[in-house]
Amino acid sequence: MQGVNASPTTASMPARLLNRSIGKKILMSFSGLVLLGYVVGHLIGNLQIFVGQNALNAYAVFLHSIGAWLWIIRAFLLAMLIIHVWTALRLYFENRAARPIGYKRKVYQEATLSSRTMIWTGIGVFLFVVYHLMHFTLIITNPQYSHLEDALGRHDVYSMVILGFQNYLISAVYIVSIAIVSYHVAHASKSMFQTWGLNDTNFEKILHPATVIFAWLIFLGYVSIPIAVLTGFVKLPEGVI
Amino acid sequence: MNLTLYVWRQKNAGDKGRMDKYEAKDISPDMSFLEMLDVVNEDLEREGKDPIAFDHDCREGICGTCSLNVNGVAHGPEKGTTVCQLHMRNFKDGDKIYIEPWRAKAFPVVKDLIVDRSAFDRIMQAGGFVSVGTGGAPDANAIPISKEAAEDAFDAAACIGCGACVAACKNASAMLFVAAKVSHLANLPQGKVEAKRRVVNMINQMDLEGFGNCTNYYECQAACPKEISVKFIAQMNREYFRSLRYKEK
Repeated sequence: MQGVNASPTTASMPARLLNRSIGKKILMSFSGLVLLGYVVGHLIGNLQIFVGQNALNAYAVFLHSIGAWLWIIRAFLLAMLIIHVWTALRLYFENRAARPIGYKRKVYQEATLSSRTMIWTGIGVFLFVVYHLMHFTLIITNPQYSHLEDALGRHDVYSMVILGFQNYLISAVYIVSIAIVSYHVAHASKSMFQTWGLNDTNFEKILHPATVIFAWLIFLGYVSIPIAVLTGFVKLPEGVI
Repeated sequence: MNLTLYVWRQKNAGDKGRMDKYEAKDISPDMSFLEMLDVVNEDLEREGKDPIAFDHDCREGICGTCSLNVNGVAHGPEKGTTVCQLHMRNFKDGDKIYIEPWRAKAFPVVKDLIVDRSAFDRIMQAGGFVSVGTGGAPDANAIPISKEAAEDAFDAAACIGCGACVAACKNASAMLFVAAKVSHLANLPQGKVEAKRRVVNMINQMDLEGFGNCTNYYECQAACPKEISVKFIAQMNREYFRSLRYKEK
């Protein structure tokens, strides 16, 4: 039994954001939007592999040249990731607690599989990000790429990516991971607009297909890179082992 | 037709409960689902057994009292219908039917298929009203209200508070119910005055009751017997944004 709380309007704005269910939706959607922005930006940067070795390596040098800004951006992304993961875990456990006894039989009519598996695809995305950073940023899993240099003495990101994806196992893991990311994005990008209150029945007709197309573009964009490497469309430059 | 029922039986709130099997014999396809249960109960009473307890009142789909999860769907397989208006012609001879109560921490089982939905009443007490006396029915168009606002308010007001949205939601969230009540009043001039205070208080009470959080599954609108749209949840979210800085004076 629960009494009616007479004066919840005394709660401060941060308390309403952190503790109320709609507040948590707001945190989830805005941190998610930032991370989604990163996913798009990262894709655009990576697609320079199709322009050539010089373009991609110059882009890598540019990213490192912004110095302090790079770390500010990284810290901001990390903060958003922590908010997103922390809120997701709170939601997951609270929502489980809200139904202590489940149904013997449960049929979903409208809830999509991607919406119901967000926590699991989310964990998948997280594990992939950890591995991906160890692979290409920290260069822990394949340390032999760390000394690659191009003709101008820059770190040869271009060759590192190609050597990485020439490994079938790495490419397979990557393609599956990107599929999980895109599946996560499919629900997220639609859900975001609903959370912000930008949904109505007319908008829904445009919004839903648009978010599906968006998720597919993310998938195809990222997957095009290992596919191009495996099919030999993008080749190692001369002189690299 | 003859059916096999698997029904949740639970003596009282403290009992663990279990699914029991019953045979429903000679059921007419013209019976409603609740009439079918009445027939089963008459048989049980004749045998000196405890009849299956379930909530019902108007049996015409407008009161929001009946509350059965039928074969995994709140109010059963027919869309936009309460379970009292679900007819046996939706089933066929030999069907197995699972009947369970609404499942949510905030809706504890009282007995068998009956749950305590007073959590909804407390959410209403927290803000689902207009404080000033609005008098008798005003003259038509004495207060100008746009057609869109009137339509939206009316669509939201169709909520009968049955709790199917909670029952259907994977998270047992009450967002569609609260959204319907918030939007109904926020769309009308009489309700606009207290809109900010209302949404804060009702959301607060909803959370206190132990309902889950909304994660936009939209299963609620699929289960709603009044087909209330999740666009009202979007509207409530907007109302909540506006109220983030609101403080009682």
